[in-house]
Amino acid sequence: MSRLTGCFAQLQEQGKKAFVSFITAGDPEPSVTVPALHSLVEGGVDILELGVPFSDPEADGPSIQRSSERALQQGVTLSMVLDMVSDFRKSNEHTPIVLMGYLNSILSMGESTFFERASQCGVDGLIMVNLPPEESSGLSIHAEANEIDLIYLVAPTTPDKRIKLIVENVQGFIYYVSLKGITGASHLDTASVEEQVSVLKSHAKLPIVVGFGIKTPEQAAASASLADGIVVGSELVDTMATTQSNELIPERLQAKAQSFRDALDG
Amino acid sequence: MDRVNDPYSAPDELGHFGEYGGRFVAETLIHALEELNELYESIKSDQAFWAAFDEDLTNYVGRPSPLYYAQRLTEHVSGAQIFLKREDLNHTGAHKINNTVGQALLASRMGKQRIIAETGAGQHGVATATVAARLGVECTVYMGADDIVRQAPNVYRMKMLGTHVESVSSGSRTLKDAMNEAMRDWVTNVDTTHYIIGSVAGPHPYPAMVRDFQAVIGRECRAQCEERFGGLPEALIACVGGGSNAMGLFYPFVNDLKVELIGVEAAGKGLSTDEHAASLCEGKPGVLHGSRTYLLADDDGLIKETSSISAGLDYPGVGPEHSYWKDLQRAQYVAVTDEQAIEAFHLLNRLEGILPALESSHAIAYALIEAAKRPSSDRIVINLSGRGDKDIGTMAEIDGIQI
Ligand SMILES: Cc1ncc(COP(=O)(O)O)c(C=O)c1O
Repeated sequence: MSRLTGCFAQLQEQGKKAFVSFITAGDPEPSVTVPALHSLVEGGVDILELGVPFSDPEADGPSIQRSSERALQQGVTLSMVLDMVSDFRKSNEHTPIVLMGYLNSILSMGESTFFERASQCGVDGLIMVNLPPEESSGLSIHAEANEIDLIYLVAPTTPDKRIKLIVENVQGFIYYVSLKGITGASHLDTASVEEQVSVLKSHAKLPIVVGFGIKTPEQAAASASLADGIVVGSELVDTMATTQSNELIPERLQAKAQSFRDALDG
Repeated sequence: MDRVNDPYSAPDELGHFGEYGGRFVAETLIHALEELNELYESIKSDQAFWAAFDEDLTNYVGRPSPLYYAQRLTEHVSGAQIFLKREDLNHTGAHKINNTVGQALLASRMGKQRIIAETGAGQHGVATATVAARLGVECTVYMGADDIVRQAPNVYRMKMLGTHVESVSSGSRTLKDAMNEAMRDWVTNVDTTHYIIGSVAGPHPYPAMVRDFQAVIGRECRAQCEERFGGLPEALIACVGGGSNAMGLFYPFVNDLKVELIGVEAAGKGLSTDEHAASLCEGKPGVLHGSRTYLLADDDGLIKETSSISAGLDYPGVGPEHSYWKDLQRAQYVAVTDEQAIEAFHLLNRLEGILPALESSHAIAYALIEAAKRPSSDRIVINLSGRGDKDIGTMAEIDGIQI
């Protein structure tokens, strides 16, 4: 059983919702990332999304754009991100890690090299923001061979017909984008999420995780009650950005994560 | 050339030109692109649509644009005869208006109340602001902060047309960053907004759709050549930023294999430096802004900052159909430096009394080299994609003159 499948099975047994966190690898500097990931797990995160910094993050809002810029200023590359995952795995064998980013990073490394290395380093899934299932045949062969799940997004604008296509192709979990907009947007409307997630549920065979625009523990709890889990990204990235010294980041992240965990379990 | 279908039929229904093109965007935008594509497919055979388009081109844009024999330039080179396709004489001063007039008709059929665009040189921004004023809809144009400085007259023009110009100060502060920001706006406002992409770039159906609107350039040119010298020219030359003026001129000749197609990219400070924008000459295939195409990226796939004196060519990607044509060798892609473009800019002023855009000056610069290699029986058509009023500030600064 893959780490992601195992994780969701265990959460279901415990009657818990999945807490998925997002931070950008190498932000604000490479040495912070692995301790930050461990602290998120300590604070109750179930699944770690790790952003691969890219020069042109066209679906990201200002918070994640700037986190990407900070990481790139430190010279962070995809290869370094994979090393960070491998480092993290030395003391954590069980928490699933999903890389999130833009396709050109992977095309540049070469699909087969990337998936082989990612698998060796302990990556479990991949979310490519600018890769819809129609264009993914080149990647999915390698993903399958290396047992890495390709996770697709479903948006508020996705028509029913496409939901079926996505549900047939998706692995690991389904990422429901809770609003029309970029990451970090602040117009989350849980009422409309509810309606659309219920349509999605009627087709889905895999767990549904809701993300984009979740900034407070209250929003997290409300969204989680509609689905199997939630993603918090920009809020964690902002927490890191507003921490005075890098040494304090793990501590503050853990406390922040704990506040979301408590609300989810509450 | 046996791999180009005869008649040529790219792209396929998913927008692929061979291995290029496609639709690499966030899921939120896919439905809007599908709707746009459906509409675009439906208007292909809709005579009322094309009648309205032609009416606008004739009486609003001022088409057909002339095919002008540049006698003094020809004498100067003493080689092939040089003709200029005068897109600079269009309303708003460049070829960009052909596309915005077409997309404005689509936007109004879709009932969209808001229009957005990206712009580099500001010509596409002005052309978009112009059609938005005429439609009476709200318009926002994204423009890199550096381009706002170097193309100031166009910024003011857009404002006078009632458009909001949004300065983009992320990344390299030029065209690619403006396009990122326009995509972010579109994701957020997709229900109410139509995004008028200004070149044959972006996700399907934009590359094919913009090509089809710009193809009026090549269709007119064919007819004008037939009438003028009873045949087709030996070569067509156009500058390539995203590639829309080049594609517009070239496309109606794609099956005429005897007509050489030459696209001219910006070599900036030289191809041996890192400061250029020659994606086809120096790049490699990758994915940016919705399509797979030749890109200037580093070994980690990060998009490089580009450099060109001309804001409209200062872009690290290129339309996917040009990538396809490069690999098929249906077209040839070359590059000229800032310095060569500046020289050509002055030469056209002095010899022909025509002020070309700095973008178009790249095509002229290469045409001088190409014409010199050819006999006087050959005929070359250069796409004079726009006029240079917007560049007077840049040129004056180079010459150390305060205006
Ligand atoms: C006059 C002119 N020519 C050419 C271009 C380059 O665009 P394209 O390659 O799409 O024709 C521009 C773009 O701003 C322009 O203003």
